[in-house]
Amino acid sequence: MSTDIGTLEAYLRKKRSEGHKLVVPYITGGFKGWTDAIRAAAANGADAIEIGIPFSDPVMDGPTIQHASETALHGGATPISILHELRSVDVGIPLAVMCYYNTVHHAGHERFANSLREAGVCAAIVPDLPLEESGLWCAAADASGIETVMLAAPTAPDDRLPRIIDRCRGFVYAVGLLGVTGERDTLATSALTLAKRLKAITEMPVLIGVGVSDAQQAAEACTIADGVVQGASVMRRLIEEDADAVGEYIAEVRKAVDQC
Amino acid sequence: MLQDPSLDGRFGEFGGRFVPETLVPACQELESAFRDAWADPSFRKELDDLLRDYAGRPSILTECHNLGKQLGIRLLLKREDLNHTGSHKINSVLGQVLLAKRMGKKRIVAETGAGQHGVASATAAALLGLSCKVYMGEIDVQRQALNVFRMKLLGAEVVPAVSGSRTLKDAVNEAMRDWVATVEDTYYAIGSVMGPHPYPWMVRTFQSVIGQEASEQCHSLLDGKDPDVVVAAVGGGSNAIGIFSGFVDTKARLVGVEPAGGAAVGKGMPGVVHGMRSYLMQDEHGQVQEAQSISAGLDYPGVGPEHSYLASIGRAEYPSVNDQEVISAFQVMSRSEGIIPALECAHPMAWIIREAPKMQGQTVLMNLSGRGDKDVAQMMEILDGQI
Repeated sequence: MSTDIGTLEAYLRKKRSEGHKLVVPYITGGFKGWTDAIRAAAANGADAIEIGIPFSDPVMDGPTIQHASETALHGGATPISILHELRSVDVGIPLAVMCYYNTVHHAGHERFANSLREAGVCAAIVPDLPLEESGLWCAAADASGIETVMLAAPTAPDDRLPRIIDRCRGFVYAVGLLGVTGERDTLATSALTLAKRLKAITEMPVLIGVGVSDAQQAAEACTIADGVVQGASVMRRLIEEDADAVGEYIAEVRKAVDQC
Repeated sequence: MLQDPSLDGRFGEFGGRFVPETLVPACQELESAFRDAWADPSFRKELDDLLRDYAGRPSILTECHNLGKQLGIRLLLKREDLNHTGSHKINSVLGQVLLAKRMGKKRIVAETGAGQHGVASATAAALLGLSCKVYMGEIDVQRQALNVFRMKLLGAEVVPAVSGSRTLKDAVNEAMRDWVATVEDTYYAIGSVMGPHPYPWMVRTFQSVIGQEASEQCHSLLDGKDPDVVVAAVGGGSNAIGIFSGFVDTKARLVGVEPAGGAAVGKGMPGVVHGMRSYLMQDEHGQVQEAQSISAGLDYPGVGPEHSYLASIGRAEYPSVNDQEVISAFQVMSRSEGIIPALECAHPMAWIIREAPKMQGQTVLMNLSGRGDKDVAQMMEILDGQI
């Protein structure tokens, strides 16, 4: 198993070493205006972008991203069309995909890993593929140079976290709360508690995602974590407004986390 | 006996535990709690007592003389429709809710299709003093209004699932989303032999009482012999696995009948959804397809992983029947035997009627897993003016 540091992790570590907090927005692939939103986010201070490949049964997602996924699917988006379109998107920062495991399983592990690499994607997040089931995919991903970001949840006992980190590439995705993606009024205390537990045992960048709902919550998360992943608050702006609104929001988040 | 799954929850290549990281510790805790409870004589006694004194077990075996004569076969029914709450679902739910209490959980969430598992869950929660929330596809809420009201009467909260196909598949998604958020105090009572390990194995274990009883009852009725064919409906497949478990070591043909619009084994290919790798109806990109069946309880694009395994090794077969055959069988059974079957069970009945010419003189055991009262309003609409 290769333990060389990959493109995404190297990039995030370099940014961090410059005293920079990491902002990673999530954008649903195939949703109207999604490539413009990627460009707007990158131009306004995102450090990497997570692109969602929509799935019919997104069990980790709340209403906003469910809606975005369903709309994209109804519009004819497929994993192939999204990866194809991504080839023409060069924003100078690393791109990761978020997809449910059946998308990977259906395509075949090696074929899917290769298709990511060919599309210029350097990492994958597969939220329904926990550590114990990840072996086949991770072997194929490693072989293709795709970094597999693992999720760590507040429910993990202490002896589980180091095993997750060992298998993790890119960054550690600290799930901020018990629940699915979506905006909340406040940042859950579980987010900071988990980030502290992870920071105590790894040098890998630790980003909090799920329930980081605005610029102020992002800044609060970054008092402990190295950065944040934000999905529902980004997609709500793309659904209700447009790519420009996404850009303005990322600029706002950037400013807030830079001050902390 | 059916074999136990491997340590990683596999039946052959099927099964596993494909859940969000948040739920992994909960599945591990459940597996360990179930192993511990099943090995504990006091838990087994408590469950056996409830099954006997509350659910009404053992369920009887009925020979259908009229239909048997018409079809040229010997037809036996395992009468799970006579259980308390009207279906086999109570067998698993009493076990699961007892286990939830033993684990210190305060709340049950469940998904339901036709409402039978929801009603059974609401019943067990009422009996054992836990709160209960049931997710049900919005379309099923409409076509199974009677069961929705029953659940509410029993004190459960019924939440319509409005995403996706608004049927059983989406009710499972909503129940899993609820569980991800509430896992610390909540037990997810899955209604079939599906979901992440240990559910397919645990639910099968609780449902195997059907097969054990049926085996003994057949031996008594058939002078120590086994039936030639054992038939049951398959959506997720819990009633089928329950009755198959008593006959897997015999020479009996095991037949799981799927609806034509939800034929996971017949038309699907291996995929991963709802925590398990199993046969799954999906499109060319791996999107899960929406099932289309007259029966809300079978309106599911996947199937329990052990059925995928039994199909893959050729031990069981999974033919399908269409809605028209089902509507006809529903009426045939009602008129010939005075038994109104659940629409789910009209599927194996339809298969038996279709295949009877090839089974002349054989003994066919069918699991009548539920009663048809819940389907009467829907059938009134379908048969409007034809009766």
